[in-house]
Amino acid sequence: MTAPRDKFGRPIVVVTGMGVVTSLGAGKSDNWKRLTAGESGIRTVTRFPIDGLKSTMAGTVDFVTVDPPSSTALTERLADIATEEALGQSGIGRKGDFPGPLFLAVAPVEVEWPQRLEVGRAVGKPDFDVNDVLAISGGGKFAAYHHRFMFGSVAGHLAEKFGTKGSPISLSTACASGATAIQLGVEAIRRGETDAALCVATDGSVNPEALIRFSLLSALSTQNDPPQAASKPFSKNRDGFVMAEGAGTLVLESYEAAVARGATILGVVAGCGELTDSFHRTRSSPDGKPIIGCVRKTLADAGMTPEQIDHINAHGTATPENDKMEYLGISAVFGERAKQIPVSSNKSMIGHTISAAGAVEAIISLLTLEHQRIPPTINYEIPDPAIPFDVVPNVARDARVTAVMSNSFGFGGQNASLILTREPI
Amino acid sequence: MNAPKEAWITGIGIVSSLGEGLDAHWDALNARRINVDEKRFAPYIVHPLAPVSFDAQIPKKGDQRQMEAWQRIGTYAAGLALDSAGVKGDQGILGRMDMIVAAGGGERDVAVDMSILNAAAKGNSAPGFLNERLLNDLRPTLFLAQLSNLLAGNIAIVHGVSGTSRTFMGEEAASIDAARIALARIESGQSDITLVGAAHNGERSDLLILYEFGDFNLKDKFDPVWARDKHGGFALGSAGVFLVIESREHAEARGAKPYARLTRVVSDLAQRKQPGAVTKSLEALWSKLDMPADNGAVISGATGVEPVTSEEKAFLGGLAGCAIRGTGTSFGHTLETQFPLGLALAALSISRGALFPPNDPTGLEVEMSKPPTQIVVTGAGHWQGEGMALVEAIT
Repeated sequence: MTAPRDKFGRPIVVVTGMGVVTSLGAGKSDNWKRLTAGESGIRTVTRFPIDGLKSTMAGTVDFVTVDPPSSTALTERLADIATEEALGQSGIGRKGDFPGPLFLAVAPVEVEWPQRLEVGRAVGKPDFDVNDVLAISGGGKFAAYHHRFMFGSVAGHLAEKFGTKGSPISLSTACASGATAIQLGVEAIRRGETDAALCVATDGSVNPEALIRFSLLSALSTQNDPPQAASKPFSKNRDGFVMAEGAGTLVLESYEAAVARGATILGVVAGCGELTDSFHRTRSSPDGKPIIGCVRKTLADAGMTPEQIDHINAHGTATPENDKMEYLGISAVFGERAKQIPVSSNKSMIGHTISAAGAVEAIISLLTLEHQRIPPTINYEIPDPAIPFDVVPNVARDARVTAVMSNSFGFGGQNASLILTREPI
Repeated sequence: MNAPKEAWITGIGIVSSLGEGLDAHWDALNARRINVDEKRFAPYIVHPLAPVSFDAQIPKKGDQRQMEAWQRIGTYAAGLALDSAGVKGDQGILGRMDMIVAAGGGERDVAVDMSILNAAAKGNSAPGFLNERLLNDLRPTLFLAQLSNLLAGNIAIVHGVSGTSRTFMGEEAASIDAARIALARIESGQSDITLVGAAHNGERSDLLILYEFGDFNLKDKFDPVWARDKHGGFALGSAGVFLVIESREHAEARGAKPYARLTRVVSDLAQRKQPGAVTKSLEALWSKLDMPADNGAVISGATGVEPVTSEEKAFLGGLAGCAIRGTGTSFGHTLETQFPLGLALAALSISRGALFPPNDPTGLEVEMSKPPTQIVVTGAGHWQGEGMALVEAIT
């Protein structure tokens, strides 16, 4: 038996359960089938009117509905579905009794327009102001909206439903949130505080205002027709990311605890790294140093060299800036190998699931290790000569994969990377 | 596992309705000063931010313009904390300093919202109406000022804190867990030095509406936090509080002077449907602190909201001989910021060798004559989440 500790003497952290929902479907099986077939989950938005919008497509999860509709309720429901799948696979604990803490990556919460409009209509007089709204907000008519639109509401629900222990942590590190949730779980297990952690990342926030906000930052693709072709990571004609929804849940355990209970080990979180960019609110430092530092820290945390990484699951948002900076960072660390190592962006198919992306893509990385097959970067028709990655263009590829690096680089200078392996190293 | 490393609080930054900095707060607390505005949002009461010159900590106007008030308050307080720890501008330390921020979200553009609601109430509900108004009226930069993780982002940009950056959300519990994780990472050697804190702008009608949905706002008449039994509610407060916490060896190596030691942080999520659940949760948390005796001091972040405040009072009533202070009376309720505020005042009191005086007509708060060596900070969220920390004198 392998020693239960890594080369730094820390408990080895393994994955024993995974669940995923994206616009391609619910569950690992469906998602894997469609990802490796190069299918896109991006479609024209039908959930709300798209009149006047510059970007009219998204990776919405339309097969899950919530009543009354809200992004926060959908976010919660997606987390439920992914978590049920992960716990079912892991077999850990008992129903409603998960033996460890919850780390939840979730989008910031706000009162949403349907509810705001409902409250506005309740004022019942013309030309009202905010004081008139305040005057009719109390008394219990809208009590449910307080709970619904608290930042801790989704975590509170999941903690109660799945019986996680202690105070659940809700976090946001923008597009890196999913990776941060995993990192917090890894750190807790390495500290010896717990043998297991439930790491959930979820985002159901395709609504008019969210789409418009990203649009006003010029972050979104406007290549609406056909929607499936909009997300073009690493292509010369890429023009932005496509908003998307999804959720991913990972059950993390110490290797020792997983082996002791006879659990099937799906993979290992060998390393996590994080480094903040203090250059700009939405742009990366032009020298790429924070991304380079993040990738190096992750390798160091895993005790690995670049030569040991044989696939990169890229952040690959398809914004002009991100993809360029990701190449700059990776090539600085990997040297000539940056052109040989297969680098794929799942976002070409499922869009950018924002708060969920880090976990969804970590799960796809683990499925890549399991199946020894790399999902493609679709819509790769016009390569960007400035980004000479081997992007696994358009068609999935069988490959020997022992260690995957999964990157997440977000607004606010949030950079986080993970290294996932099939076996303890 | 190696023995846990000792964690010291070596930097404190506070800005609030009582002013800015440690001396101003110490004087205001000793003078039992309370700053409330009963008119601006009448009948709701808020504790407004004292006048602050943001230029002192955020020198670029361009940076200030990119932030909403809550981010400015937090970035300002973070700068004060870095100054206090003596690491301001020390890029060698700041470049590897970890950061955990507890944050809510930013202010909405209330004028835009109200104009859309009025138009909608007049029957304007054509498809695309909302899209058109939002596209025309939302300021592009507002989104960044609203994003929870952009307080941390601004602290990185303005002050250069750029090791790791994590933003926790979830109202009061977010900052309790921020302190808990910061301490755990330092004790285990995962971090040498961490900036932890939060900021809140209480002068926001959009927040008043959100809390009014649950009837949480204090209305009509100000009462001290322990005297609201028949008139429960919180008065939102504006404040930013950040702490620099570091391992003893890291602090000693750079010759930093500590205010106090952060010994323990514990938290839980009681299922509150059962009456008394919060009392039980707080009792269980207290037992995890390993307090040798009950004759210390407690700085409570009680909100004034019922029933949770009465449940906390029931717990506090069981602590014989403890001197209790409620920050809600002097500062209002600052949500994510209330717990770091309690930690800051605990560390300040220990460093000054005295607990600040009671400010409470109900008699729950009593004088403490001897210098405090152990202060417990409590937090019980207005709707969920409980936690506690033990702050101690360094021996």
